[in-house]
Amino acid sequence: MIQLQDITKVYPMGKRELTVLRGINLNIAKGELVAIMGPSGSGKSTVLNLIGCLDIPTSGSYYLEGREVSRLSSGELATIRSQRIGFVFQTFNLLPRLSALANVELGLRYAGGVDRKRALEALARVGLSDRGSHRPGELSGGEQQRVAIARALVKNPPLILADEPTGNLDSRSGAEIISILTSLHDEQGITLVMITHDATIAHYCQRIIHLRDGQVERQEKV
Amino acid sequence: MKKWLEPFSTAWVGVVTHKLRSSLTILGIVIGVAAVITLMSIGKGASAAILSRIESMGSDLITIQPGAFTFGGVRSAAGSVQSLTQEDAAAIAERVAYIDRIAPTYSTSLQVVVGDENMNAQVTGVTTDYRDIEKLEIASGAFFSDYEYQRGAKVVVLGSEVKETLFGDADPIGQQMRMGTNVVRVIGVLESKEGFMGFSPDESILTPLTAMQQMVAQPKTNKGERIVSSVVLTVSDEKQTEYVVNEITSLLRERHRLGPSADDDFRITSIQEISETVTEATGTMTLLLGAIAAISLLVGGIGVMNIMLVSVLERTREIGIRKALGAKERDIWVQFLIEAAFLTFAGGIIGVIVGWVVSYIISSMGLVTTIVSADIVILAVSVSVGIGLFFGFYPAWNASRLNPIEALRFE
Repeated sequence: MIQLQDITKVYPMGKRELTVLRGINLNIAKGELVAIMGPSGSGKSTVLNLIGCLDIPTSGSYYLEGREVSRLSSGELATIRSQRIGFVFQTFNLLPRLSALANVELGLRYAGGVDRKRALEALARVGLSDRGSHRPGELSGGEQQRVAIARALVKNPPLILADEPTGNLDSRSGAEIISILTSLHDEQGITLVMITHDATIAHYCQRIIHLRDGQVERQEKV
Repeated sequence: MKKWLEPFSTAWVGVVTHKLRSSLTILGIVIGVAAVITLMSIGKGASAAILSRIESMGSDLITIQPGAFTFGGVRSAAGSVQSLTQEDAAAIAERVAYIDRIAPTYSTSLQVVVGDENMNAQVTGVTTDYRDIEKLEIASGAFFSDYEYQRGAKVVVLGSEVKETLFGDADPIGQQMRMGTNVVRVIGVLESKEGFMGFSPDESILTPLTAMQQMVAQPKTNKGERIVSSVVLTVSDEKQTEYVVNEITSLLRERHRLGPSADDDFRITSIQEISETVTEATGTMTLLLGAIAAISLLVGGIGVMNIMLVSVLERTREIGIRKALGAKERDIWVQFLIEAAFLTFAGGIIGVIVGWVVSYIISSMGLVTTIVSADIVILAVSVSVGIGLFFGFYPAWNASRLNPIEALRFE
């Protein structure tokens, strides 16, 4: 599903350059449930952004579902994001002025067209059928993250990427989110890559990838 | 939902979720468009009013006056050069084509007395055709007949103001009055009418030219031709006005023996020429008014750009989210451009309505007549949408170029 080969990423920082990734090699199989762990500045988010086609590597190759995507144009990357990848963010990133249902529909907006029925199904899938008309501000953090998950899964992507999905939640809500995410993996065979700081959460995954200083430090099977 | 409708619904949501900001932006455009509509309608109305007054003289009318004459300046020497004669009029009638009717006139100022009332009035000797040429209507009584003209009957037709001064509410028909050293009989009163080229029908007394010649000594040129104050004529085909003017000019120059370098000693004025000049002048005025109003529309447009730039900045995170969800650059700029165009289109429509209402109020207060024409409305609305697209483009393009990762990190 995902193959990263000698991936480096260098950000220009004024006159100096900041090397974030120093040769990442990583394979993630279809249907796998993977956690990425590492200290701040280890390059976790950068790796996830690259996997999510939000960014392209400075060098190296990235094959997504067998297709080399590391040299595609921003428009082609957008198409891949719209069709193949769902994102879940630490800060939820819902549009505050739209209802929960409209936020979920937004997930389909660039993926072929808004479809109310599918949006309602996705909301039901995360157990928020009765909250569709609420705005994000009227929902708890856990509920907001469930809306965000519904938005990610509404277009049935083969890959969902989550960047510390429980980082802003209390442990009970966090546990609910993890159970929804793992059930997506278990029941729908979605490939799930998630960044987390929480070792307990990481142990729900099949594999943990430890990053340090822009390199894969070690991997462990759970 | 239809797929092509989605950008519009997205833009609509963007507009209605920021109601106050959207309304203020729209207001800027409303003021601009309303100003354009109102000022242009005033300009158009004023020019139509002037034109209709001129046209009421008859667009087929041509007036010839003696003396040098500068249009728009001072009528420097009109009458001072006594060059135009009754024989000129006869020659024109004979030799120039497309002339319908032609009438020489001779005016002089005479003291008029009726009972205790007396006034100094402009008395004009005319032919029977004069009434048709100047399109004079008779309010009461009658104009003099060919018979009265031929025998030089001392009869007069009074302008409405003259009648008012001399007779008040009394019926003047059949009454005698003293005019200079003669006694004349009133046979008719003219309807009130706008004047033109120094001739004001309301303040005139008309009498047969033949009678005039008996009452006052009509001066003659050294060739013995009878000098007249003016020659008025109508053309049978308005399209030939220019031809007729040119023909008369060369004929009179020849008759007056003017060398090639000499100025005309007469002045020919056609209503058509005047209305063309006026149309041009009022068109310029209307355009000027519109240009002034367009400045406020421009300011409104800059307001749109300002708001859209703020909107893009404020919604950086939204743009990041949309990009993460797979929005292409095109999706983003189309969204913001439609938003801008929507704001200005709404502003344009409301502005047209406001401008229309204001024009109507101005009209009904009787200040000036206003005309709201379709071309102004279409122009104002399309210009306002154009302004939205023009001033919305830069912010929209900025938005589309945002890096999704940085946009998502934006606080």
